[in-house]
Amino acid sequence: MSKRLVITGLGATTPLGGDVTSTWDAALAGTAGAKTLEHDWVEQYQLPVTFAAEVAVEPAQVISRPETRRMDRSTQLGMIAAREAWADAGLTDVELDGERLGVSFATGIGGVWTLLDSWDTLREKGPRRVLPMTVPMLMPNGASGAISLAFGAQAGARTAVSACASGVEALIMAMDMLRAGDVDVVLAGGTEAAIHPLPLAAFANMQALSRRNDDPGAASRPYDVDRDGFVMGEGAGALIIETQEHAEARGAAVYAELAGGAVTSDAHHLTAPDPEGRGATRALRRALLSAEASEEDVTHVNAHATSTPLGDVPEYTAMKAVFGAHLDSVCVSATKSQTGHLLGAAGAVESVLTVKALADRKAPVTINLENQDPKIPLDVVSGSPRDLGSGQQVGICSSFGFGGHNAVAAFRSA
Amino acid sequence: MADKNAILAGLAEIVEEETGLETDEVQLDKSFTEDLDIDSISMMTIVVNAEEKFDVKIPDEEVKNLTTVGDAVDYISNAAG
Repeated sequence: MSKRLVITGLGATTPLGGDVTSTWDAALAGTAGAKTLEHDWVEQYQLPVTFAAEVAVEPAQVISRPETRRMDRSTQLGMIAAREAWADAGLTDVELDGERLGVSFATGIGGVWTLLDSWDTLREKGPRRVLPMTVPMLMPNGASGAISLAFGAQAGARTAVSACASGVEALIMAMDMLRAGDVDVVLAGGTEAAIHPLPLAAFANMQALSRRNDDPGAASRPYDVDRDGFVMGEGAGALIIETQEHAEARGAAVYAELAGGAVTSDAHHLTAPDPEGRGATRALRRALLSAEASEEDVTHVNAHATSTPLGDVPEYTAMKAVFGAHLDSVCVSATKSQTGHLLGAAGAVESVLTVKALADRKAPVTINLENQDPKIPLDVVSGSPRDLGSGQQVGICSSFGFGGHNAVAAFRSA
Repeated sequence: MADKNAILAGLAEIVEEETGLETDEVQLDKSFTEDLDIDSISMMTIVVNAEEKFDVKIPDEEVKNLTTVGDAVDYISNAAG
């Protein structure tokens, strides 16, 4: 029996709300996070996609001005979520041993705003004007490093970088650190702030983004026959994960257990999913094994479900291969319909939502599901939240990323 | 010779922007490192912003001689001549 790991704190800043409570309430109500972008650069560059899901609360409203100048937007969002999770876990006034505290934080792209703003500065004003903090701000481990500094975590500050699988992979790295016995507590999560004209143009040219410019709120529609691509989102999610012994010793309240998780890689194609979802299937199976859970224990899946025509089907194929007939008893939420796709933060925010679902016994809704794709006959939670009922149960959060990365985390209700 | 009070006020704004210190804490006799707790990276950011604001050049090798806020004000004042 593996060491039991529990989740004692949650944090988030998302297109649905500036914290976990507002995000969760919006996710239960069904809220479209995507809106038409009101930046000059949309018009300036004649972007083919004119909308995205920006955070509901600007980070500058929450953190101090010197911090905004020293941290890339992605680190700012990660720090906001981390601080909320830390306080939520009741750690604010606790003396933790820094050598037993780790960080495992994810990003897909890192400090893209800093990188490109600095490039503009170099070209327009010359090298002298490039700020000395540019590199530590743009590096993908910027958030992990800043968070370890903020909370005195000295047992390692790791960074998961596996595109859209990063957020879940960070949780699995945290699990590995805890199971290895190297740490008692890990501050885990993921962040992304890449709603910048360059990634928007690039993703649009890949034909990966929805073009529903006239109706942004209806653009992210996983499992719907009229889905035409994902919607760029930004935000961050954070979780405090600790050994059960440590949580019990300090009398911490527990949301759920991080029961297990697994990563696999497709080795099939750099960007296209394996059409049969074999990598995802192996990740699901190994996650259940790691969680010492059976397929029948699973009641809820927060799916990757990005709303691309190609991506949503193989994920179903994988779930069908693993759950078989039991899949009819698994309710699936595709919360990217509301939040948009938070890339490297997606798995972190969706893990927060999965944990909340298990704690509150309610699965959040999938919006914009009007005509469900007959190729994906899942029991999708839409219209109103689903009551998960009582009894111990397992919830799954899946994330897949460019590069063929598959990451699956399994949570068990407390 | 540029107005030293105007330079001090402008420099204080740059320091506040970078560090969050109140502008009235930035006084001529204050040491950047000892009193204002400004590290070398922040100092370089302040120098670069001061160069832009006051249209002067402050060579890297001069920066280590700027111990106090007053040193910086004097340097900028002379450089702006």
